[in-house]
Amino acid sequence: MHPAISVICFTLLSGAGYGLIILLCLDSAFDIGLVQVGLRQVVLGVVALVLITIGLLCSTFHLANRKNAWRAFFRFRTSWLSREGVFAVLLYPFALVWVFMVWSAAPMGVGIAAKIFAVLTVLLAIATLGSTGMIYACLKTIRQWNTALTPTNYLLLGLMLGALILLVGSSGKEATEKLALGLLAIACVSKLIYYYWIGHPAGPTINSALGFTRATVRLLDVGHGSGNFLTDEFGYELARTKLLWLRLISVVCAFFLPALLLVVVDRHIFTDSLAMVIAFGGVFVERWLFFAEARHVVNLYHGEQRT
Amino acid sequence: MKLGLVIDLDTCVGCHACAVACKQWNTSGTSGPLTDYDPYGAEPAGVWFNRIRHYEVDEYPNSKTINAPMSCMHCEDAACVTVCPTGASYKREEDGIVLIDQDKCMGCNYCAWACPYGARELDRESGTMKKCTLCVDRIYDENLPEAERQPVCVLTCPSNARFFGDFDNPDSEVSQKVRERGGYAMMPEAGYQPTNKYLPPRQTPLVETHAEKAATTEKPVSQIQRWIAQQLARQS
Repeated sequence: MHPAISVICFTLLSGAGYGLIILLCLDSAFDIGLVQVGLRQVVLGVVALVLITIGLLCSTFHLANRKNAWRAFFRFRTSWLSREGVFAVLLYPFALVWVFMVWSAAPMGVGIAAKIFAVLTVLLAIATLGSTGMIYACLKTIRQWNTALTPTNYLLLGLMLGALILLVGSSGKEATEKLALGLLAIACVSKLIYYYWIGHPAGPTINSALGFTRATVRLLDVGHGSGNFLTDEFGYELARTKLLWLRLISVVCAFFLPALLLVVVDRHIFTDSLAMVIAFGGVFVERWLFFAEARHVVNLYHGEQRT
Repeated sequence: MKLGLVIDLDTCVGCHACAVACKQWNTSGTSGPLTDYDPYGAEPAGVWFNRIRHYEVDEYPNSKTINAPMSCMHCEDAACVTVCPTGASYKREEDGIVLIDQDKCMGCNYCAWACPYGARELDRESGTMKKCTLCVDRIYDENLPEAERQPVCVLTCPSNARFFGDFDNPDSEVSQKVRERGGYAMMPEAGYQPTNKYLPPRQTPLVETHAEKAATTEKPVSQIQRWIAQQLARQS
């Protein structure tokens, strides 16, 4: 698949924003002690909403006909893309009310009403992030996406980035550091399972695609002289060695380097910020690979033997 | 009604006439224009509803060339319609034709991702997705003579490899052909139940090669006969 920068930025920034707001609201609702009560919560809540908004705006750059974007809320009964849009918009009033309540109660803790809003925000954020993953996971045409690991990774990587922002925002609280380390480990394991899982060829072949299953089939001529929409959108291919290098870079930057920085240096604002920035870079490469590695079955008709 | 096409892979000669006729009709039809980018330049490209690809099946000398025209299969379980967030993509109740409302499409490409057959192409100029309409603006047009109320690709095909009809009617030409010739769907494991069917090549005996023919028909020439022939040739 063609890795579109607009969609990569959307899933990366919104994912981190939703992860951050989930952790903030959980902390507020159940008094876990991840961040100092009061204005820090307000500032971090606004940061989360800004990240979400920038991400959502990025996603509209993927549309070829943006004037019809408002229609995307209509088919939430069948389309995950529509569901994601509906959940994303529904989240705003609840999150804003929660931020306002925290701000008016600061520096004291919030009451039960704000906690209810916090829980509702968490549920909507999980629904949005899960829907983003399901947009890709529901496509039977791309076997690298058609797995429960896809929404799992979207949720875990969002929470992981959110925890790293929270760590910087809370000036390195011990509980937050433990949470960030835990999420780094879980997200890393889940991503490695994903890479192992997509390594096994499966699904349709050029033979089943054309219905000639008793003999070899090879493409003689693709029928068009230069590229077209199908080759531009689905024909993106990466050299094997380059792909392995990028996988290594993404795993090291997204998980190992940030974890190392958190473990070796004991809660310093500079190293925590550095860990966050490196993790963002690593997840950007991970998200780029998520698209670049996906092989759509239409490539079978363009001569690929299997996806 | 379940309208669709049957394509005979035995007789298709891969001439691309169906694709050209499709482009000609539909560029001024309901989803038109089918924009071309750089049409007279070095890299001409554009939107097509129908594409023909050419394959070789099996190894030489048992190989056979297969020309496979592919357009929208008008699937019974059309994933492109399910995933569409705007409702621009829809499948008609009355005849099963899958269409795109050009006024509602926001050009998100999601339906093209969901289609395993590459039937949908984004028009960069209009910013909307476009696809085969099964010539919905021909097949019901009462101003046309009845014989011409068919998709233009079917009418044009010079080798008579394309058939149009109602798969719900067991006596229709398409249903009979599928029944008699073992018509099949492409990539059935995707699970979208495509309406369009393909007829496999007929099982015909191989044409004898010259060497094979020579080995079976010509009598062996004896050395004496050859010597006599040489002598006669020298004397004359």
